[in-house]
Amino acid sequence: MSALFILIGISILVAGSFLTAFLWSVRNGQYEDDYTPSIRILFDNTSEPTKTEPSIKPLIQTK
Amino acid sequence: MDNISFCCEGCKQVYLLLNENNLCVYYNFEKAPGIKAKGKFVSGKFAYLDDTEIIQKLVQFTSDTQTNISFQLPQMHCSSCVFLLENLHRIEPGIIKSITNFQRKEVFIIFDPLKISLRKVVELLAFIGYEPSIRLQDSFEKPIIPFNKKELYHIGVAGFCFSNIMMLSFPEYFSAGNIEQAGLKATFAWLNLSLSLPVLFFSASGIFISAWKGIRQKFLNIDVPLALAILVTFGRSYYEIISGQGAGWLDSGTGIVFFMLIGRWFQNKTYDSFSFDRDYKSYFPLGVTKLMNGKEINIPVTQLTKGDCIIIRNEEMVPADAILDQGEANIDYSFVSGESKPVAKKIGDLIYAGGKQCGSSIRMQVVKEASQSYITQLWNNDIFKRKKNIATSFIHPWSKYFTAALFLVAITAGIYWALVESSKILPSVTAVLIVACPCSLLLSATFTYGNMLRIFGKNKLYLKNAGVIESLAKINTIVFDKTGTITQNEFAKVFYEGVKLTNHEIAIVKLATGQSSHPLSRTIYNFLSSYHSKEELTLEYFKEYAGKGLSAVVDGVIVKIGSGNFVKQLACQTIFDGSGSYIHVVLDGVYKGFFIISNQYREGINITINHLKEKKYELLLLSGDNDAEKKTLEELFASKNNILFNQSPQDKLNTIKNLQDQNKKVLMLGDGLNDAGALMQSDVGIAVSDHSAQFSPACDAIIDGSKMELVHAILAYARTGKKIVAASFALSIVYNIVGLSFAVKGTLSPMVAAILMPTSSISIVLLVTFLSSLCARGLSKASKNQSLST
Repeated sequence: MSALFILIGISILVAGSFLTAFLWSVRNGQYEDDYTPSIRILFDNTSEPTKTEPSIKPLIQTK
Repeated sequence: MDNISFCCEGCKQVYLLLNENNLCVYYNFEKAPGIKAKGKFVSGKFAYLDDTEIIQKLVQFTSDTQTNISFQLPQMHCSSCVFLLENLHRIEPGIIKSITNFQRKEVFIIFDPLKISLRKVVELLAFIGYEPSIRLQDSFEKPIIPFNKKELYHIGVAGFCFSNIMMLSFPEYFSAGNIEQAGLKATFAWLNLSLSLPVLFFSASGIFISAWKGIRQKFLNIDVPLALAILVTFGRSYYEIISGQGAGWLDSGTGIVFFMLIGRWFQNKTYDSFSFDRDYKSYFPLGVTKLMNGKEINIPVTQLTKGDCIIIRNEEMVPADAILDQGEANIDYSFVSGESKPVAKKIGDLIYAGGKQCGSSIRMQVVKEASQSYITQLWNNDIFKRKKNIATSFIHPWSKYFTAALFLVAITAGIYWALVESSKILPSVTAVLIVACPCSLLLSATFTYGNMLRIFGKNKLYLKNAGVIESLAKINTIVFDKTGTITQNEFAKVFYEGVKLTNHEIAIVKLATGQSSHPLSRTIYNFLSSYHSKEELTLEYFKEYAGKGLSAVVDGVIVKIGSGNFVKQLACQTIFDGSGSYIHVVLDGVYKGFFIISNQYREGINITINHLKEKKYELLLLSGDNDAEKKTLEELFASKNNILFNQSPQDKLNTIKNLQDQNKKVLMLGDGLNDAGALMQSDVGIAVSDHSAQFSPACDAIIDGSKMELVHAILAYARTGKKIVAASFALSIVYNIVGLSFAVKGTLSPMVAAILMPTSSISIVLLVTFLSSLCARGLSKASKNQSLST
């Protein structure tokens, strides 16, 4: 039966690690903006400029 | 120009800037992402940002190497905006980093103050089309509300403890309280006890604080019985565990806290990017150019005093009531009244604060301080000091009855057992308090209204809080504003009458009107924008005459467009200005014809009004305009008495007050600053806005202009919502009766509580979410019909 005590301990530790992960993510600000990162991921990492022509003719005011 | 066509010089400039910095990927994310760039850029507009006092008020942090500042950018609307704004450092090396928050329409910028000034940063933003809304208010109180992390910590901890306690309680239930090994039973009980402590002292702290505040103010809010239930549950459980009698009700206790916190979080999720509490300060500029001893200096608007001489440039707002000294004033009062036609003013005329100058710079003499102006003194009215629709929830009166009934049952059970079997007094009384938790009552309202808020949001009606739904359900009188509310500001009706213009001539008129920022020119330009021509025309000369018209030379053709007096043609002398505006066109000295621009009523508004009449709502119309369109409106409302013209902001407020004195519940729909008082006075004030980016006055809700015709469906849904809450109340009372019947007998076992508590909570949450989504079909049907018809 002593195995049960160990298992209980482990289960609480595992659950505790999830709690810690949650608290960390809140603290880290991951819940402050839950929309913009989904846009940001679409951008290529063109940190150094590459000369490309725009593929779409821009800035024609559409209504 | 790389075979790219531009609508105006401003957009071309932006393209050149982006091209130079290799940021043209911007154009790949969305089709034609550009915002109408400002074309002309007045360099003096942001001069006040050089004032160190203003800078200090605006920035969040500053050191020698970096300055942090957040801006509200109402124009942010697509992923391209995010891309551009997060790559500002590539355009301007002085900017170290910029981070956007799309939903809040905010950008956070870190820049090097040695390399670039705040003014330059703002000018860059304005140049690429994102003019930050820097308002008077920002300098008084930072409107940016910090994100509430504490609430999430509370929920996280409560969830962790609740689920673990529940799991550790299973053995107790499955063995019916007889766990073979005594050691194991005690371990489970003590583990539960230690796990419940963070819930009691950390997660539930908000509930206790709120209950304590309620008691101190002698107001029995719903948190009082809740706090009592939590205290009794935890107290009795601790007693049982410590004395070794049993396992207690800790799983139910922590469950209550967990579900309540989730319910609150769900209901309080509101719309971050909308501001519902604006006053005139958020409309007015921060700084103004003052003329002192012949020199132009920039001072904050608050320092403006009577007799000061100020300069107002094109597109700038008049910050205080002033008399025109010099220049040609052409004032656009659309912020104040919603009326988009600018009014010409002569020297010596009084110009009210809130008007925007269109045209060249003007010089004016201030006659009243900014806070004492005609439009701003409305805010000195007491109505603006009152907070409305806060904690008016109809659960609160219920909570009183609930608490009273609860104590009655507890005391009766106590007296009964005192007479019959005194050992059962304590178990039965505590069990009553544990099981009769008001949490299912609370959850039914929070989840119904939380879900309804979201459904309204999908239909572009953004409510300030859930309390507004309850107020909406009680409405029986509806008051409309005219301009901008039942008429459309944009897409004014445009007709052309006269000699038919050739394609070449249309292209010429289009180019000429495209140069002007005057609202009427823009309207004609938009009207003509469907005519595409491949011709390459060159603009040789352009001049705008404020309040009159414009003259231009396009490809050698002399163009004159403007009012009858301006074009000075005999042919147009016979046409009188009626309800709309007439704009005459003369090409090379030959009179061609005229454009008529008139108010356009929103599509479907007559159907909506008929629907509302059928439902026996009392309808009123308050217009700040003259009675030029009286006839049309009388037909629309089929009434003569309920249509009032020439209403001042104060008149509107008073009319609403009179209606309320007759015990009517008033819904006000308005848009301009002149409706601000009425919106505030009414039981529910809904601001109508054609762009969600546009500023709207203080209100309880903001509705997208295109959804105005859903008003009847919205009101019907709000009423249904109230019925759903009442129905789920009934169900939760049934649950309470079942629980109480166990409790009063003194036979409430922890297992019964553990089953009853989550089942009642979860079933009620599911029921109300399902019902409120089901009943929203009426609303979405109306919305669909609308999109089909347009």
